[in-house]
Amino acid sequence: MRRALAIARAEFLIVRRNRWVFMATLIMVLFALALTFAGSAPTGALGVDMLTVSVASMTTLSVYLAPLLALMMAFDSIAGEAERGGLALILSYPVSRGEMLMGKFIAHLAALAFAMTVGFGAAGAVAAFAGGAAPESMMALLRLILTSILLGAVFLALGYMISALSGSSTGAAGMSAGLWLIFVVLYDLGLLGALVLDNGGAFTQTAFPWVMAANPADAFRLWNIAASDAVALTSGMTGAATALPAWAAPLSLCLWPVLAFLLARLAFRRVEA
Amino acid sequence: MTDAVLSIAAATKERGSLRTLNAVSLDLRAGERVALLGHNGAGKTTLMKLILGLTPLSAGRITVDGAAPGSAYARAATAYLPEAVAFHKSLTGREQLALFARLAGVSTREVGPLLDRVGLADAADRRIGTWSKGMRQRLGLAQVLLGRPRVALLDEPTSGLDPISRHELYAIIDELAAEGAAVLIASHALTEVEARTDRIAILSRGDLVANDTLANLSRRAGLPTKLRIRALPGAADAIAGQTGGARVNGASVEILCAPERKMEELRRLSHLGDLVADIEMTPPGLEDLYRHYAEGGRT
Repeated sequence: MRRALAIARAEFLIVRRNRWVFMATLIMVLFALALTFAGSAPTGALGVDMLTVSVASMTTLSVYLAPLLALMMAFDSIAGEAERGGLALILSYPVSRGEMLMGKFIAHLAALAFAMTVGFGAAGAVAAFAGGAAPESMMALLRLILTSILLGAVFLALGYMISALSGSSTGAAGMSAGLWLIFVVLYDLGLLGALVLDNGGAFTQTAFPWVMAANPADAFRLWNIAASDAVALTSGMTGAATALPAWAAPLSLCLWPVLAFLLARLAFRRVEA
Repeated sequence: MTDAVLSIAAATKERGSLRTLNAVSLDLRAGERVALLGHNGAGKTTLMKLILGLTPLSAGRITVDGAAPGSAYARAATAYLPEAVAFHKSLTGREQLALFARLAGVSTREVGPLLDRVGLADAADRRIGTWSKGMRQRLGLAQVLLGRPRVALLDEPTSGLDPISRHELYAIIDELAAEGAAVLIASHALTEVEARTDRIAILSRGDLVANDTLANLSRRAGLPTKLRIRALPGAADAIAGQTGGARVNGASVEILCAPERKMEELRRLSHLGDLVADIEMTPPGLEDLYRHYAEGGRT
């Protein structure tokens, strides 16, 4: 663990120096603020405070942005290092591949967590200041930040896996874009298509909510929506959320980072330094 | 050899149907400097990666101070300088070396003096992205010196270095060996390795074709010594006629002779008296030896 922390320390310096932390935070703040102001219109009509509406909008934002930022940070970390010849040197030291991966993961997750906390926190503060915030909506905001970090963790680890499998930095970039598209866009489209074909049959009744919760991006959405009636109301996505037991989406989102990290570790084993 | 720190016995590496290393056996004792020579693709880097445990052996056995390659003990005992060494551009030299120190389990207090020793004290707190190739190579060498390795593997350590830095690098390698490390240096820079190593190993297409001291290798190869006689004006033909040598560029004659006949030949030349302006003697160099062993097949 001491060696993993040594790697984490150096990696964090790197993401800070090459302005990754700054850029990610800036993107989060700008998008979160923009959504908060643009989304404040329906407040009166729905009878909820501004922070709740803001959290609902930011949930939708985070589904897209958290995986994207995480993949952008992760895709180069193994393939790039192998290409530059640094991997052989690091691995000639008594540090295991698992420790090396864990070190990168800690540093990248810390950077991502910082960006999420500052971005959503700033937007939340503005919304609370302008339109008031009930304790329940503060909870929703906190939940949003924590689940966004979890979602980021999933895609960081998936990014490492791709980086280990692809063999080249450019290949990893392409595969990352594909992975993002599949998890965030195509999966839902596929489900929608299945629903239409099934036309309210057995799939829609029983399997659909579970299949949805199996995708970390959807699990993230379900968790945030199911946990707060007010957020569900403003996002209009109650159906799937209520069809599942309350633990399903949180379990999925908590298991995914572990599973993805194990997959990345397995893929990394095959990389020849 | 039982006192070998690095022992390689019949090491074989196959990649698919291609055999990149064919039953190579080589032992290094503590404090010994061995040059590993060979063309590109002869298997030098593959051998180093096998010693580091970065890639598995297909057959044979390697031990580093008694431990298996890639084991925690072997990795702690081994230092490695890769051929194209790349560091993180956005770290400073001090930060990068501190990372290596932490990975090696060495106190970060060693970092400052080490940077000093390789001549990077002034640049230590600048980002590596702004450094020259030579400076990065020195940093690579600094990390080799961390924690007194038992075995040091240097892959083309002089590439990209100017002559003065190269000289300093060899001085550091000498110190490393004096402290008891077995040093294996893969190199193309044949003439530099000549004066600086105890033994020479030559790889050719995955086979170890030579492994001995320079003196023994030259004796066994029996390559001729070259005598170049510079004649006084107009005397070149006469000298060529009397010695049976070959005329070169007008005023000189060249004679090739076996090493043991060298003195005999010189005595004969001294009888030529004042026809001779100068004699230059060139024993076979590493370049010639290398060509003999690498291209002449096994001995």
